[in-house]
Amino acid sequence: METDVVLNSMKRFMSRKAIVHLLGLLIMLTLPFVAHVIDDPFLVTIASRILIYALAAVSLDLILGYCGMVSFGHGAFFGLGAYVVGILIHHAYGETAITFLPGDWMGSFSAIVQWPLAVAIAGFFALLIGALSLRTAGVYFIMITLAFAQMLYYFMISLPTYGGEDGLNLWERSQIPTLDLYDEIQFYYLSLVILLVFLGLSYRVVNSRFGMVLRGCKQNEARMKSLGFPVYRYKLIAFTIAGMGAGLAGALIANHTEFVGPGLMHWTRSGEIMVMVILGGMGTLAGPILGAATLLLMEEVLSNMTEHWMVFLGPFLVFVVLFARRGIYGWLVGKDAKDG
Amino acid sequence: MADAILEVSNLSKRFGAVAASDSLTFAVERGGIHALIGPNGAGKSTAIGQFTGEINPDSGRVVFDGHDITHIETYKRAQLGLQRSYQITSLFPEFTAEDNVAMAVQSRQGHSFCFWTPARTDKTLRDPARAVLQRVGMADKADLKVTELAHGEQRQLELAVALASEPSMLLLDEPMAGMGQSESLRMMEILRTLKGDISILLVEHDMDVVFALADVISVLVKGAVLMTGSPNEVRQNRDVRLAYLGDE
Amino acid sequence: MTLALFLEQTLNALQQGVMLFLMAAGLTLVFGIMHLINLAHGSLYMVGAYVAATVTQASGNFAIGVLAAMGAAGLAGMILELFALRRLYNRDHLDQVLATFGVILTANELTKIIWGPQALFLSPPDILSSTLEVIPGTPYPAYRLFIIAVGLLVGLGLRYLIVRTRLGMLIRAGATHREIVGAMGVNIDRLFTIVFGIGAMLAGLAGAMAGPMLAIEVGMGESILILMFVVIIIGGIGSVRGALVGALLVGLVDTYGRAFLPFTLRSFMEPSAADSIGASFSSVAIYVLMAVVLIWRPRGLFQAYGN
Repeated sequence: METDVVLNSMKRFMSRKAIVHLLGLLIMLTLPFVAHVIDDPFLVTIASRILIYALAAVSLDLILGYCGMVSFGHGAFFGLGAYVVGILIHHAYGETAITFLPGDWMGSFSAIVQWPLAVAIAGFFALLIGALSLRTAGVYFIMITLAFAQMLYYFMISLPTYGGEDGLNLWERSQIPTLDLYDEIQFYYLSLVILLVFLGLSYRVVNSRFGMVLRGCKQNEARMKSLGFPVYRYKLIAFTIAGMGAGLAGALIANHTEFVGPGLMHWTRSGEIMVMVILGGMGTLAGPILGAATLLLMEEVLSNMTEHWMVFLGPFLVFVVLFARRGIYGWLVGKDAKDG
Repeated sequence: MADAILEVSNLSKRFGAVAASDSLTFAVERGGIHALIGPNGAGKSTAIGQFTGEINPDSGRVVFDGHDITHIETYKRAQLGLQRSYQITSLFPEFTAEDNVAMAVQSRQGHSFCFWTPARTDKTLRDPARAVLQRVGMADKADLKVTELAHGEQRQLELAVALASEPSMLLLDEPMAGMGQSESLRMMEILRTLKGDISILLVEHDMDVVFALADVISVLVKGAVLMTGSPNEVRQNRDVRLAYLGDE
Repeated sequence: MTLALFLEQTLNALQQGVMLFLMAAGLTLVFGIMHLINLAHGSLYMVGAYVAATVTQASGNFAIGVLAAMGAAGLAGMILELFALRRLYNRDHLDQVLATFGVILTANELTKIIWGPQALFLSPPDILSSTLEVIPGTPYPAYRLFIIAVGLLVGLGLRYLIVRTRLGMLIRAGATHREIVGAMGVNIDRLFTIVFGIGAMLAGLAGAMAGPMLAIEVGMGESILILMFVVIIIGGIGSVRGALVGALLVGLVDTYGRAFLPFTLRSFMEPSAADSIGASFSSVAIYVLMAVVLIWRPRGLFQAYGN
């Protein structure tokens, strides 16, 4: 009885959207406590993984969902960020100098050096790749972004110095003053804070004038040009920002798995991240988080049931594409999910 | 012509064996309404496409407001003050009417490298947008999504968006396509109020509208201009009547 | 570096190009006519390889194996088209990519379930296991020559089909004027299914022919899928001629790159550096080729029919 009253008055003050957001935030904030209570520390580990991929997915959504750029190269920036951190840790641990850089820099354990560098380098490559790729459109754009990702993938495979095909094991995690990244719970909350900050920034960006230009391009690029917008410039900047976000996620994943490998850059990785965005709800900011959670949890649960769990993922994907276009977020929130 | 805002010289464009534009030459005077008429397939939309840069001419020149724009990109022409509206409505379907117009206002105001301030509550964008909607008589529909608007309202919005960029010249491609009688009359009134401030090139099929609005009419047949003149001159010209007006 | 070596590598390049063409032809037709990005095309190639291996072993006859592979792939393709892909024709590319990505996942798992996770092997028939001295002094595998011959035959056959038959005319017309073809009383749905079937058979043929040269395993479709898309993008979507040119170009760049790049680099770099840089650059070479082509011609080298 009383819960009904509370719920009803809540409904009057808050929309379905707000309720979903609040619940989501609540779950994310209290998860480690829940894990402690049910004595399943592994829950925190997988939750961190979800948060990291959610970051990658949100950054992809900025260009995919809000601007209609189907980039199969997003894995490249994810992998680049990871490799920057990986290489710096590798050299710092082995106390060897980085040969392809001038001077005798031996890498660094400090996240304050590594992570901004990861973001910067991912961003730089995104700028480069975007500058070339955005000269094409449609399926050509899809393919050329894919090609660039594959170039980086094969490049990393053929570099024996950093593990080649087998990748690099990292024997230390990044170091942040006052934090211990080996503590799963601290790592979780750090990832959560980073995700939330990125979400906050993305929220401002997609609602700003810049964001409106992106959205306009998604709906009717020809008209945008007709109105006088130099569309290429805006798309390139968006592509670069998205790449930086993926780079940051890469830095986190390198720490989380204590491993970097070329597989992070493979086009199928980009595909997975794209699935997370679509599954969760394209063109929304919370959708990709749901998508990442759903996909990774499905992987987790189903792979325990049968080693052939992929058989189910395939038709599920086809089903979602054909019938559930708005994604899980759209299903939860209803009409208000997207705001145009 | 000394006072021409748009000068087109020998513009030619072929699609395979068809000459959509055949050495097209004419000029539009500043400030008036210049109508471009012609039978189906005469090449009117192709001509407009070449003026805006959406179609690349094979040869010829387009000079707008003293600038040779023949091969420059569409967005640059818009920035110079040349705007068009589309025969097949080309709007932002998921946005509201006001969002659509605000987009044009935003372009007019310069660069959009602003990443922080929300655009939808920005008065410097919304107020001018609402003013333009008011001007075309759609202020009460400001918050409706394009998909919720009737066809005639969408055509009005189509014009509003082009207007909001504060162009010096408007290329209107059949603005009243699919509109009912009263809607068309309302649109004609709006166009009349624009005379003087904005130069207009109007492509239109409806002869009543053309003769009511136009100061000058060019008749396009098979990609070339058959004649240019005042409405009376055109109405009485024998070649035009044979080629186009039929037995009117 | 000798002329013989160069010629040998050129033959390798031709062989690789021809294989890519077999795959790419079907893909470009489907893409050009139905505007469908089909990532699952690689899976049809895989089906071809698996069926060829199984049937050849069971029957002892390679030719039967190849025919069975073509039939199986063609059938699989048409069933796929009828029940799943048909709904995707009017969807945007993103949807198609995702849905066919899902098909890949399913196909891979089903293959694992039916045949198990270990790789299969297929040996070429005895008559083709020998070498021929087409280049004086250099014995060259007869099987590879066989592939080149088959590929060129298929190319000629396709050209004949497209230019001289009614079906070909419908294909060309259907690429650009779907409604008109429909209005002419032609069953567009059936036409599309047939086109898809042809493409699938070609993929199956390619898989069967590739069988003796590669490990037949799950995921083999994906490794070649990207290459195929590179080929049709370079060639121009919808153009079979473009697929041939693109395939040969890719074959040349890839083969020459892998064979000669480390060698050329050695002339001004120390051997170990030359080898490792050469190896990494050559695997990248094809993508550089595609990027260069796209920047020069954003829509590929050739236009599809009717454009």
